[in-house]
Amino acid sequence: MEWNFFAAIGRVFISFMAAVGRITKFTIVSLRHCIIPPFYLSLFLRQLMNIGYYSLPVVGMTALFTGMVLALQIYDGSSRFNAESAVPTIVVIGLTRELSPVLSGLMVAGRVGAAIAAEIGTMRVTEQIDALATLSTNPFKYLVTPRILAAVITLPFLVLLGDIIGVAGGFLVATESLGFNPGNYLTNTFEFLQVRDVVSGLVKAAVFGFIVALMGCYHGFHSVGGAQGVGKATTNAVVSSFVLILISDYFLTVMLTVQP
Amino acid sequence: MTATPKIELRKVCKAFGSKVILHDLDLSVKEGESLVVIGGSGTGKSVMLKCILGLLEPDSGDILIDGQSVIGLSTKAREKVLLKTGMLFQYAALFDSLPVWENVAFGLLQAHGMPRKEAKKIAIEKLGLVGLGAEMADRNPAEMSVGMQKRVGLARAIAADPEIIFFDEPTTGLDPIMGDVIDSLIRDCTRRLGATTLTISHDMDGAQVIGDTIALLYKGSVVWSGPADTIKTCGNPYVEQFVRGDIDGPIKLEVLKP
Repeated sequence: MEWNFFAAIGRVFISFMAAVGRITKFTIVSLRHCIIPPFYLSLFLRQLMNIGYYSLPVVGMTALFTGMVLALQIYDGSSRFNAESAVPTIVVIGLTRELSPVLSGLMVAGRVGAAIAAEIGTMRVTEQIDALATLSTNPFKYLVTPRILAAVITLPFLVLLGDIIGVAGGFLVATESLGFNPGNYLTNTFEFLQVRDVVSGLVKAAVFGFIVALMGCYHGFHSVGGAQGVGKATTNAVVSSFVLILISDYFLTVMLTVQP
Repeated sequence: MTATPKIELRKVCKAFGSKVILHDLDLSVKEGESLVVIGGSGTGKSVMLKCILGLLEPDSGDILIDGQSVIGLSTKAREKVLLKTGMLFQYAALFDSLPVWENVAFGLLQAHGMPRKEAKKIAIEKLGLVGLGAEMADRNPAEMSVGMQKRVGLARAIAADPEIIFFDEPTTGLDPIMGDVIDSLIRDCTRRLGATTLTISHDMDGAQVIGDTIALLYKGSVVWSGPADTIKTCGNPYVEQFVRGDIDGPIKLEVLKP
């Protein structure tokens, strides 16, 4: 009984390490193809539209309501020690450094990561990826590279727009319901905002974009067994993207924040 | 004709875990020959094809195309070898994000770098060869029947006038009449091109229409091969059982009898 228990732990550990090895190898191959030509420009532009442009509504809505809620919550908390004037600064720093990149990353993971995994997974189980290879076309270059490059490039732009929309949401709530003076609110918003607040959010966004596209492609590429396999790949792509975004967010924050 | 076989497999072995799929498989296809490999489900036919195409790596043995080993080639070198080949997949494997003509012209556009206008002209020409009109060119593959998809797959396989064409169970999922149409198209198109072909199939009638030679695969090895017109009179017990579809005989199915 005791032996079986340790054997079970060993099996889980070995399969976990095998998965880590496969993902690492997939990442290295993907990165190599991102820098070695040929590149498929038309596919890249199509992915820019799919990942960037079509994600705008969902990212915009998320940012708008996050900014509005943030203004209300910070006002409620800060009024307990007469620090209401800090609302604009905390809203903008909270959004640019943390909430906008993380929430945009999670929303894009749900929308785009799932779609990538489902599309590539279906191509895998219907032998379309094998067909690509037999037509002397590298599936990595054709399917993975355009998606990764497009996600890494578009997510910072989405986050930048999310920052602006989120701040506008906070501004609306603060001036329309909380009685803030519009001029003072804007002055306070930008007075303590630093370039590195925005840049750190954009760096996080690029990393999250990479994670979302990589996980979508990886799980799609390794899906097996028909419709059920594609469904499993889609779920795994979204869950692993969420988890990796939250874990990498901590380490990126440590790296990008001035430590005491 | 040259003495060097167009395709040659030497003692090829492939296993997945403890399950042996190919065992010391020897096979050769002469230039211009049409070989049909028949055999029951799970005998290693598809794995053999995937090994030749480089989609799977054999555990041991060698695979040669035009006398050159294709085992362990770099991606670029393999892509160069695959420029000589065309492939019709079991369920056509058409790209559903592309219209029919782009599916047919895919290799011409991506691997041969042909301009789109010229590639579309050739695609429409090839669609004509498989009995599909120019009006089909801009349709989406998902709007077509399985039989039509197979024809598009065949047009894609012959689009770049390849020297070698592989067919993976070309009539699976088709009614007997459409199966006959596809078999005849395969025979006519490949003879017109003078291509070497390797087909894997369950369909005995189709195998005799398409093939010059037939090989029977059982447990990952060839147990009989000979001219297509001798298959029903060869006297080989494996072939006789397979042709008659008997449960009893040297071929043991890995299923329980009812």
